[in-house]
Amino acid sequence: MIRITRKVEFSAAHFYHNPSLSVEENWRVFGKSNNPHGHGHNYVLEVTVAGEPDADTGMVLDLKELKEILQREVVDRMDHRHLNYEVPELAGQIPTCENIAAVIWDLLEPKIRQGRLDRVRLYESPDLFAECTADGAAPGGRGKEADRE
Amino acid sequence: MKISLGRRYHFAASHRLHNPKWSTEVNRELYGKCNSPHGHGHNYVLEVAFTGPVATETGMIANLKELDPFVEREVIEAFDHKYLNEEVPEFRSVVPTTENLAREVFRRLRDFPGAKLQRVRIEETSKNSFEFLGEDAGSYRHGRRSQISGEKQVPHPHPQEPRLGSG
Repeated sequence: MIRITRKVEFSAAHFYHNPSLSVEENWRVFGKSNNPHGHGHNYVLEVTVAGEPDADTGMVLDLKELKEILQREVVDRMDHRHLNYEVPELAGQIPTCENIAAVIWDLLEPKIRQGRLDRVRLYESPDLFAECTADGAAPGGRGKEADRE
Repeated sequence: MKISLGRRYHFAASHRLHNPKWSTEVNRELYGKCNSPHGHGHNYVLEVAFTGPVATETGMIANLKELDPFVEREVIEAFDHKYLNEEVPEFRSVVPTTENLAREVFRRLRDFPGAKLQRVRIEETSKNSFEFLGEDAGSYRHGRRSQISGEKQVPHPHPQEPRLGSG
């Protein structure tokens, strides 16, 4: 089994606020991320698809096709948008890295028709990321091949 | 689908790889430059990952307002700008390879309340990283991006001892 990974970037604004909490509780839980004017990040998204290379093409999935899926499903939806207001899939959720990654997973999974979606890692900054992995996949997105190193 | 939260931290520390059970020559042969008597240092990058339910109220697996001070207190304050061999009590009897460092960091972080520690990965340099998934996971995973040119593979002088690695 081979894993292929494609990376894309998008920039978006968000803030954290739970309307069922008081002003003071929101500030206590979320700190400066609670600023109602919002703030932004350059998100970096790594998407991994796992599968066997096709005998004719030598590819698990044409990276060009994966690039188009990522553009259509993620970048067109989220780039230069305000995640609290402009992404319907996040409506009613606090747009944390965890929730955005899970939404991206749900958007991409049905679109991958060759191989299967194995991992979605979304970096909010170089030092913070959320990662979704397929049930049964190894944490960190690496499996037995890492054990052989 | 499973979800985890990853966070990276940075600390700088010095260490020396030396096992007093072995002769000077064996230590020098096994550890090479890392056995240099006065120690040497690295800018370590610590990557931790936690799993658990994403709380509806916060949208989070772990709140960084709680996680960051916990890691700061348990690991960074103890290791940053320290000589690991002498200033971290656990390494007075254990060689501070990055394998052992990853295991020690895991031990210090595994009781974080509210989320489950999934793995600890430490980059000793941009070319070496070491990953520990807990004793239950069975073994270390060790990634090396490229072989250092001309590096010799030294046979382990005591095969029954745990592998101590390089660094």
